[in-house]
Amino acid sequence: MSPDQPLLQLEGISKQFGPVQALDRVDFAVSAGEVVGLVGDNGAGKSTLVKAIAGINSADSGTIRWQGQEVSINKPQDATSLGIATVYQDLALADNLDVVANLFLGREEVSPGVGSVSRRLDEVRMEHEAGELLSNLAVTIPSLRSEVGMLSGGQRQQVAVARSLLGEPKVVMLDEPTAALGVPQTKQVLALIKRLRERDLGVVVISHNLADVFAIADRIFVLRLGKGAGEFRASEANEDQVVAAITGLGGNGRGGAKAVAEKLLEPNTPDAPEGADKPSEGGTE
Amino acid sequence: MSDVDTIETTEGSGPQLSPRQTLRRVIQGDLTSLRVVFGLILIAIIFQVQEPRFLSAENLTNLMLQITTIGLISVGIVYVLLLGEIDLSVGAVSGLCGAVMVVLNVKHGWNPYLSIAAAVAVGAAIGATQGSLFSRFVVPSFVVTLAGLLTWEGALLQVLGKTGSLNVTDPKITGLANIFYSSTVGWVMAIVVVVAYALVLAIGFRKRVAAGLADSNPLPLIIKFVAIAAVIIGAVAILNSDRGVPLALLILLGFVVVMEYVVKGTTFGRHVFAVGGNAEAARRAGIRVNGVRVAVFTISGSMAAVGGIMAASRLFAVNQNSGGNELLLLAIAGPVIAGTSLFGGRGSVWTALLGALVIGSISNGMDLLGLSSPVKLMVTGGVLLLAVLVDAVVRLQRKETRAA
Repeated sequence: MSPDQPLLQLEGISKQFGPVQALDRVDFAVSAGEVVGLVGDNGAGKSTLVKAIAGINSADSGTIRWQGQEVSINKPQDATSLGIATVYQDLALADNLDVVANLFLGREEVSPGVGSVSRRLDEVRMEHEAGELLSNLAVTIPSLRSEVGMLSGGQRQQVAVARSLLGEPKVVMLDEPTAALGVPQTKQVLALIKRLRERDLGVVVISHNLADVFAIADRIFVLRLGKGAGEFRASEANEDQVVAAITGLGGNGRGGAKAVAEKLLEPNTPDAPEGADKPSEGGTE
Repeated sequence: MSDVDTIETTEGSGPQLSPRQTLRRVIQGDLTSLRVVFGLILIAIIFQVQEPRFLSAENLTNLMLQITTIGLISVGIVYVLLLGEIDLSVGAVSGLCGAVMVVLNVKHGWNPYLSIAAAVAVGAAIGATQGSLFSRFVVPSFVVTLAGLLTWEGALLQVLGKTGSLNVTDPKITGLANIFYSSTVGWVMAIVVVVAYALVLAIGFRKRVAAGLADSNPLPLIIKFVAIAAVIIGAVAILNSDRGVPLALLILLGFVVVMEYVVKGTTFGRHVFAVGGNAEAARRAGIRVNGVRVAVFTISGSMAAVGGIMAASRLFAVNQNSGGNELLLLAIAGPVIAGTSLFGGRGSVWTALLGALVIGSISNGMDLLGLSSPVKLMVTGGVLLLAVLVDAVVRLQRKETRAA
């Protein structure tokens, strides 16, 4: 694998649900040590793309390359065994179990023994490893033995991200990691994502919050109506350009008047550029 | 929003809990069972004041024999409750399995051990069937086991045949609930258990210290050890001054200890808690959720069978009422009174023992006082309601702790 070759590369990915073309020949890539922000309006295909990579709904056509090799991802285990971990928005934590138990859920460590009953859970080893993992990630929780249900939203998100790292993945996909978090909690989660990058992981962050995306992403990939609608280096772009790509307004010729009308149907999209509002209001009258 | 921010600021000051927070956690967590112990002491005082025979060695020994069946059935119920499910068939299954054992032994001349094994196998098969129906067809466990309740009550009448009641005399079977050990044997057992317990605690503690984990203060462990050792030694002293340590109590304690170990110390037990807490999370973590469910209902059916066997042994007979009356509800109420949640994911097998003690003491005490059945039922109902209310209050406090 050459150093600048992407870890994960998707070419011409398409996915259809009945008459709806959810993804239309999308090209997408993540490299090691890179945070890619995946943005787009509701229904733009972000989740479909992530699910195709995670093996939940495999793509109809297109090729997926993993470290340069063509691979097929048909079920979640395929993605996991390649080294792709996904943290969904609902986090999938058991609130009644403590942090250690949640981190190791489904991959508990046991002492040697004969038969499943005599192989005792190795709580000491799990707690020790959990402590190391969380302190490496600088995750702050009151205690490793706190019930996850007693933690704050930001702490739960961090526990879920930490858990995804136990399988030693190379790519981590985070679905709306900062949704419903307060300002300080969002900061903690964003800091954690930066530490994933420092560990040389490829990180894909789906988010509606462009401020968060600009705070952490190296590259921003925009989906619109199932198509790739632009790619920006976060250091060289500004929010207006990205919003224009999301809504289809602006210079890249993919949107135009039609997109303006669509934009109006989404009145609660918060970051609409100032200039776009007046003409579009006029357009629907 | 302001609540969330408050949490964040306290977090920022450091990962360690303040002593007050620790205390609150202890009260809401580990001390649930201490609350029940206080309840037991209160019950003992109330009955002792009115009837001095209540705390006599003879009555306490009787109490141990009386709670065996309910306690054993409750052990299985705890597993079902941890899943957040319910098994309404355990009373009927215990009656049926007791009858199966007696009929095989008495009518068909089977070897007593073989009869016992067959009865447990029937209980396990019933549990596995109900568990499979519940998990495969996604029918509520309430309904599946309610159907089971009726079915197995019918099966009990069928198995008993026209006589309707059957006596059992095989000493191997009646001995289960009627053997008492001599003082010497009792003390040897007490010493072995106390030493083994000390070793387990000490080894576990050394391992934690060696791994450099925090909270390595030995004081709580020592307090726990002294308390439990005192209870064991005191219990043996009392039992020895009457007929001795009953085999039935050892069977109950044996199942409680083993099943508690399984649920707290093994991967399977961890998965039971996970499925009870968040089945979807468990599924995504690669846990075979339906396998866990079937296993839990198999355990519940087997423990009901063991309870039924002990009941038949104690009464020297099975009849059409075996496993009937309020046995089912008391076996479910016991663990709930002692702190196992009805909503899944929280509890321990010890609550089966503690709950059986609470319910058994009340029932035993009211019998001593010669109270009538209506009064007894109403009092038991009141105690259950009180326990659930206390549990609800604690849960609300827990939520407030999280929010504040």
